[in-house]
Amino acid sequence: MQTLHFMLAMLLLLTLGAGLWRAVRGPTAADRMLAVQVFGTTAVTITLLLSQAFGDATLRDVAVMIAVLAAVTAVAFVQRAWLE
Amino acid sequence: MTLGNYIAAPLLVSGVVFFLAGSAGLLRFPDVYTRLHSLTKSDNVGLGLIVAGLAVQAESWFVVGKLLLVWLLVLLAGASVANLITKGAMQRGIKMWTPKI
Amino acid sequence: MDAQNLTQWIFDTLTGLGLLCLAWMALASSQLIKAIVLFVAFGLLMALTWVRLDAVDIALAEVAIGAGLTGALLLAALAKLTAVQTATSKAAHRSPKDRAARKLYRMPAALLLLVAAGLAYSVLSLPLNSRGLSIEVGANLDASGVGNPVTAVLLNFRGYDTLLEIFVLFLALLGVWSLGSLPPHRIEPAGPVLNTLVVVLAPLLILLAAYFLWAGAHGPGGAFQAGATLGAAGVLLQLAGWKPGPGFARLPWKLILLAGPALFILFALFTLVTGQHLLEYAPERAGILILLLETGATFSIGLTLAALFFGERPDDAEGR
Repeated sequence: MQTLHFMLAMLLLLTLGAGLWRAVRGPTAADRMLAVQVFGTTAVTITLLLSQAFGDATLRDVAVMIAVLAAVTAVAFVQRAWLE
Repeated sequence: MTLGNYIAAPLLVSGVVFFLAGSAGLLRFPDVYTRLHSLTKSDNVGLGLIVAGLAVQAESWFVVGKLLLVWLLVLLAGASVANLITKGAMQRGIKMWTPKI
Repeated sequence: MDAQNLTQWIFDTLTGLGLLCLAWMALASSQLIKAIVLFVAFGLLMALTWVRLDAVDIALAEVAIGAGLTGALLLAALAKLTAVQTATSKAAHRSPKDRAARKLYRMPAALLLLVAAGLAYSVLSLPLNSRGLSIEVGANLDASGVGNPVTAVLLNFRGYDTLLEIFVLFLALLGVWSLGSLPPHRIEPAGPVLNTLVVVLAPLLILLAAYFLWAGAHGPGGAFQAGATLGAAGVLLQLAGWKPGPGFARLPWKLILLAGPALFILFALFTLVTGQHLLEYAPERAGILILLLETGATFSIGLTLAALFFGERPDDAEGR
């Protein structure tokens, strides 16, 4: 069961890779901003899976932190990084 | 494998399937607006399924509450940020993709 | 290798390669906004690495400061940079390299390679499976007043280092403030969606900061993580269009900024004056002293980070 969690976390690294591809290639600034959102959600999920895989309950706090901070960073992108 | 594990495993796997589908959409859809659809909808459903799978195996109700809090936060942030990105994109004239028939 | 070890090995290799790739791409990209996005991604992947290395406190700090707040600060800098230079798309690109500039890169590159080689040599010559000082820390944990060994080391055994770190943050703010006021730049007004998000998220961030401050005594957390969360709340408020008014230039806010450094200095002086070593706490009072220090540090760090995002002194801003 622990292996299942870990392998699912590894599959989610593919989603991170897809977000990375979009961040590098995305023709518009909006594409890069949504890549930030993808990174945040995927990192939250990977951390939650890892917390169950390692049996470490404190990792859920890390997941909460990633969720809120990724939200703040994504909003910062939208409000500040649009160049006319 | 206990009963909890039998319930949790399909939930977790389907959650990851939704995530991978969302990232396929991220790579293949033709413009920002469609990519935002795939991102917010399928990634958040994927996270919800994974949270459900983890909640089945959780040690206490407190942990279930924490997992739900994470999911609700990601939902709220994802929906708001998607709206903000779309509004900004439309204001700056990023064109929507039209299918060539 | 059995299945579990193999998956762990693959995960670690992918993460390590990903870190190198991201670092290179972030530094080498031609558009600054692309670089910032990649930098934030690097921070998140680094946090996952810390999680793999069993360093949860550092993972929390990396997410809060390395990925989140540094990304926001870089974005604020980018916005002001394009306001200062007239906003053409060239303002967001790096200057084109020319041949003379390329020749100048050779010497620093050689120096960096030497440093990297030296680091690699010293890391590789460390003994494998070294416990470091963890045995001594574990043995003295009861006398330190807290249950979390990281907090014990940061705030008690090596409190002197934390004193210096808090002062570095304070100096950074003074440095930014000494640069003077900024030219006015356009801020997007917030719509109803952003307002609702801020109304829900900002109090939650303050609550989370209090949680991390309290949890730092017996689990991952602590002053820096809590302070960074508070700073994120301040950043979020500013993103929704709230400007610190002239009231923020008054004394009470400056006292809060000073709370962290001042408390550390006061404790240090007190321990020196009463004949002990610098920042040596009596074991029975250590717990409450550490809590006081961490609370002051949290407020200071949060306010400093929010002020760094604002970028100029409130006194200078109120003139506009």
